[in-house]
Amino acid sequence: MSNGGPAKMKTDNAKPARRHFLKKLGGLAAAGGVATATHAAWGGHTLSDTFADFFQQHYREMSDIEIRETLERIERKAKNRYGVDIRCKDTAAIEGVLFGYAINVSKCRGYRDCVHACVKENNLSRDTQYIRVLELDRDNLNLHEGDHYYNSDTVPVEGKHYFPMQCMHCDNPPCVKACPVEATWTEPDGIVVVDYDWCIGCRYCMAACPYQARHFNWGYPKLPAEEITTETHYLGNRPRPRGVVEKCHFCIQRTREGRQPACQEACPSGARVFGNLLDPNSEIRYVLENKAVFRLKEDLGTEPKFWYFRDR
Amino acid sequence: MTDNNGHTGLWAFLRDGVHEILHGGRCYWMWVCFLLVFMTIGFLVYLYQITNGLLVTNMTNQVSWGFYISNFTFLVGVAAAAIMLAVPAYIFDRKDIKDVVLMGDTMAVAAVAMAILFVVVDLGRPDRIWHLIPTIGKFHFPESLLAWDVVVLNGYILLNLGISSYILYQHYHDREPKKSRYFPIVIIAIFWAISIHTVTAFLYSSNSGRPIWNNALLAPRFIASAFASGPAIMAIGLQIIRGMTNYPVSQSVINHLAIVTSIALQVTLFFIGAEIFTEFYNEGEHAASARYLFFGLHGHTALTPWIWTAILLLLIAVTIFMIHRTRNNPILMNTAFVFTVIGIWIEKGMGLVIPGFVPTPIGEIYEYVPSIAEIMITLGIWAFGLLFFTIMAKAALPIQCRYMRQYSDPRHPDACAINSNDAKISRTD
Repeated sequence: MSNGGPAKMKTDNAKPARRHFLKKLGGLAAAGGVATATHAAWGGHTLSDTFADFFQQHYREMSDIEIRETLERIERKAKNRYGVDIRCKDTAAIEGVLFGYAINVSKCRGYRDCVHACVKENNLSRDTQYIRVLELDRDNLNLHEGDHYYNSDTVPVEGKHYFPMQCMHCDNPPCVKACPVEATWTEPDGIVVVDYDWCIGCRYCMAACPYQARHFNWGYPKLPAEEITTETHYLGNRPRPRGVVEKCHFCIQRTREGRQPACQEACPSGARVFGNLLDPNSEIRYVLENKAVFRLKEDLGTEPKFWYFRDR
Repeated sequence: MTDNNGHTGLWAFLRDGVHEILHGGRCYWMWVCFLLVFMTIGFLVYLYQITNGLLVTNMTNQVSWGFYISNFTFLVGVAAAAIMLAVPAYIFDRKDIKDVVLMGDTMAVAAVAMAILFVVVDLGRPDRIWHLIPTIGKFHFPESLLAWDVVVLNGYILLNLGISSYILYQHYHDREPKKSRYFPIVIIAIFWAISIHTVTAFLYSSNSGRPIWNNALLAPRFIASAFASGPAIMAIGLQIIRGMTNYPVSQSVINHLAIVTSIALQVTLFFIGAEIFTEFYNEGEHAASARYLFFGLHGHTALTPWIWTAILLLLIAVTIFMIHRTRNNPILMNTAFVFTVIGIWIEKGMGLVIPGFVPTPIGEIYEYVPSIAEIMITLGIWAFGLLFFTIMAKAALPIQCRYMRQYSDPRHPDACAINSNDAKISRTD
């Protein structure tokens, strides 16, 4: 509530968009009106919201109305919990797009700007990081000898090199196979996503992932209200519930709208190349075709859509 | 209340069962209350866990399964081992074992129930457990091994409940159970028992990113160690029943279980040895978890004393079992049974689950020790399992006794004579 001022301003900005959205749905506007009325009557987190949460269907099974109600409920819950107006969308994958990532290991200086940009953009609990940067002796690529928590005053340290890791968005993801309730799957644009509202929290996917890319919300996410990123996606950076698994989603809320992921934007040394693998003119295709790229643990057959390369 | 007219039909069967459960001697009630105390504490701590999240455990993103899943794995093995009574009883028609086979089935049901509870308390969102129900939820079968586990564990519990309640129900009504009715189910249950532990092993061995699990020996090793720990628990349980009641548990049954345990232990130790050889002869990165378990990794040695204790206990047990004179000594034999249970519990529990996560597939080391909350909840579930077994046995044994007496079993002329306060095993009239 301390940030009531700015939050209110955001509400004013968000409202026309919502109305526009409702109008677009035409005949469904009436149903929306009912939902709004209930909301006003109960003034926030209601019994009906709790019921709706409990009986919420799997994301891919929901009708358009159910999805819209769910998104509104998510916005309402964020308002209740953090006092912040967020906008939650579920922008679909763009046809003809398959995302891939490549990292120029020789350009990475170990600044970890990507790590922190990711935390902020994706509303991560402040004890969770999707990206980890390993510090290794120069020319050593044995992950088991990397330092996950290097903490020197300045980077890069002489004689060391830096190796960023995050979800590899495998084409053959062991985590997706493992999930007993299909709460995680590969989207048409190649992003491996989690339905946070469907995950039962068994953590079998975490055991299955060979890249340690999945993170569990052991408690409520520690998310400072004043730092919340308000443009969110259902399968992406919306505030997370407790007791569910989450992971890097290639900034789905940005990349599906033609923007670059936060980590790519934040990198000051230009080590990160993200783009559409199906576009022959994309930078990522140039890298894959002209650099000696490699992937992590290729022997496991996971087919990561995440490559590494070096300049020299 | 239980005259001959009285005990017909399902209602009387259930009524007499409940009556039996609610009427026991002092020892019975002390035992029940003892278990209820632990169950209550466990339940309250679980409420605390629900309120605060799995934060109250010591699990982390590095070691994302811990004490709960360790106990789960051990108990699935115990449940599978019920066939070490079922096979000789139903297939080879051994009368002495047939007398106690229902206790084996009951133990299997209790063990599976506990195993399922251990998975439930491990869930981050138990409120969403309905997502696992096919058609209502979204059941990822047959791709997910965990979905397979749900199928085989629930199937196994139903099969065992079906067999034992049918036989008991027939006995209650002084009828001989029809072999054509239960025998096919028994055959299915025997294969099913192997499947529950195989699937549980596959749950681990399917993870190609974790080399200590990802080997073909894991399922055979699971089965072998299950056939040691399960019969050992049954032998202890049957002797307690024999001591507390006058239910005729023939010593030949205990000897049978000792021999089964002995053979299974020998195979288990051989398998462990084969693993140690393969991991360490040409030691590479894949052996990091095994090194952590057996010798410690970069100064982290939390599990090392445990696993060597387990191996030592199993070696002592197998030695006792293999020498006729020591095996036939009741004190030594029971020591060996207890050592087997503790040894396998360590080896297949924490000794299997935790090293899979240490180091992580990308080399992080986090040493896990269960939190107080995890231990209290675990004790609560064990208390529940023991209570479940106790009251089921309490209800079932009088029926079995009466049945035996009715047919004046020549082998047990004094079977089920009433002379103990804790063993009110006849009808109340």
